[in-house]
Amino acid sequence: MSDLLTKIAWPFLLSVVIMLFFQFQAIIFVWLERKVSGRIQDRLGPTRVGGKFGWLQTIADGVKLLLKEDLIPKDADRPLFRISPYIVLCGAFAAFLAVPFAFQWAAVRLNIAVFFMLAVMSVEVFGVIMAGYASGSKWALFGGMREAAQVVSYEVPMAMNIVPAVIAAGTMNLNEVARMQWGGIWDWMCFHDPFTFFAAIVYIVCATASVKRAPFDLAEAESELVAGFHTEYSGFRWLIFFMAEYASMLAVAWIATIMFWGGWSGPLPITQWLGLWHTNAAGDYVPGTLATIIGLLNFIAKGYTLIFVMMWIRWTLPRIRIDQVMKTCLKYLLPLSCFLLLGAAAWPLVVRTRFGGQIGGAVAAAILALIVFKGILSTPKSAAQGRREVVYK
Amino acid sequence: MQRLVDSLIGSWPQMLFAIMALTTVGCSIAVVVTQNIVRAAVWLLFTLTGTAGLFFLLGADFVGATQLLIYVGGTLILVIFGVMLTARGPFVQMKTQSGEWTMAAVVGLVLFGLLSYSILSTGWVKVVQKQSIEISEENSPTTTQLGMQFLGVPPQGSLVKRDPAGIGYLLPFEIVSVHLLVVMIGAAYLARAKRRKRAEV
Repeated sequence: MSDLLTKIAWPFLLSVVIMLFFQFQAIIFVWLERKVSGRIQDRLGPTRVGGKFGWLQTIADGVKLLLKEDLIPKDADRPLFRISPYIVLCGAFAAFLAVPFAFQWAAVRLNIAVFFMLAVMSVEVFGVIMAGYASGSKWALFGGMREAAQVVSYEVPMAMNIVPAVIAAGTMNLNEVARMQWGGIWDWMCFHDPFTFFAAIVYIVCATASVKRAPFDLAEAESELVAGFHTEYSGFRWLIFFMAEYASMLAVAWIATIMFWGGWSGPLPITQWLGLWHTNAAGDYVPGTLATIIGLLNFIAKGYTLIFVMMWIRWTLPRIRIDQVMKTCLKYLLPLSCFLLLGAAAWPLVVRTRFGGQIGGAVAAAILALIVFKGILSTPKSAAQGRREVVYK
Repeated sequence: MQRLVDSLIGSWPQMLFAIMALTTVGCSIAVVVTQNIVRAAVWLLFTLTGTAGLFFLLGADFVGATQLLIYVGGTLILVIFGVMLTARGPFVQMKTQSGEWTMAAVVGLVLFGLLSYSILSTGWVKVVQKQSIEISEENSPTTTQLGMQFLGVPPQGSLVKRDPAGIGYLLPFEIVSVHLLVVMIGAAYLARAKRRKRAEV
């Protein structure tokens, strides 16, 4: 009977837990999106449903969506129209299976976890294109085509920006990569060398584009395409698309968290100082249960922080045109990623062997300080000039 | 009851294999039979995903993920993209002539015969004996073995001798990738908008 437990019941239980989390995070994100967009646009956002902060707004939204009529257009390819939301959902959900939520806490401990996540998330695009085609609507078809062009292009620099971190870590196993970053903020992979630092930033840009968030949400583009690929969808099928979108946002944010931003460890090794770690039977210094749970909270908080940044970008920047999207990818991001890849491959051979390990962190921190202080202290010249032109013309 | 449960659990890899294989085969038949070209692409999606599932089941996680990334995430999307751009109206429904059926059947049977012959005539040796088929980090990382084979080092326990030239699969791989690059440049050259020569002033 123990076999029954380990081989069938346990994986099933894990899937159920992840599925519940998968749905729960969508509820939080919809609320967060409303609140963040409201604050950025100088509004309050939801305030009434469920108390002062509108906590239950998403539940109300969900009830509304469930009660909506499930429309299928006359010209639609009915079976394809029905299955495409599920294809999208399957892609996003499968990515969650390989995520190590905390030390050794992953549903499937894959040796190639990050590659697996990228691979299954690439299936999502197919569902979106099918939705666009099967709707039998011009808006939806255009949305689907833009999506195909955009996401397939952006997957290339996105994957290439993960490679610097893979080179630095020497493995694609997310659990191992996060384990290498145990300790303080100075041990995080983004401060390993300057190339991983820039790769971390370029990765977020590419990830935003590949989960089709603004300013890259050309597939939806409501001002020109009504709602893009999901124009004809309503009710629960539409809800599934959105659940998958938020889930894949979280998945790419977690890839970034593990590959660059320290995984489960906080900025300072506080749980180590508190003595919550111990040496296990194999002689490794590992976190105890409490430290693992704190790691889990760290991990979720970091994912949510990156998503907050994505929302911030979404509600701050205007949408760019499709030709600008493609130009950004092919002419700027792709060569930049190639350069970062070459640099990251050369770094351990050239600099690390001569000057030792910590120089990378020092250089990366210096660059970061330069960027931050230059940004804060100097007047944005181009903006000032632009404003003057508008005013005095 | 206990014995039934035990035998069921003992045979779960076989059961999973049967499900995956049946899905793959059934969907690939549907690809051929379907006349609507976009539906055929959807069946192809399930065929390719089933194949990836078979790879995962056999412990070849890297190959399975690559199958998903390249065939489903890349090739199939490009196919659909091409179909949606070109196949409007009469081309969406494909009518197959009986002559085409015959030709396809002959080619298919020849290929099937060739593959069956080579499968049956190979002297199969069990290279690695594993207790259970599980894709996890505890099992040997397949990427390491693949990388070693690229450099001409045979996998552990293999009967194949080390390649004396030490090239392995690296040279064929490089040749294929350069070939792909040439094809892409050629396609871009053919497909780009032709600029007319400026008339001399």
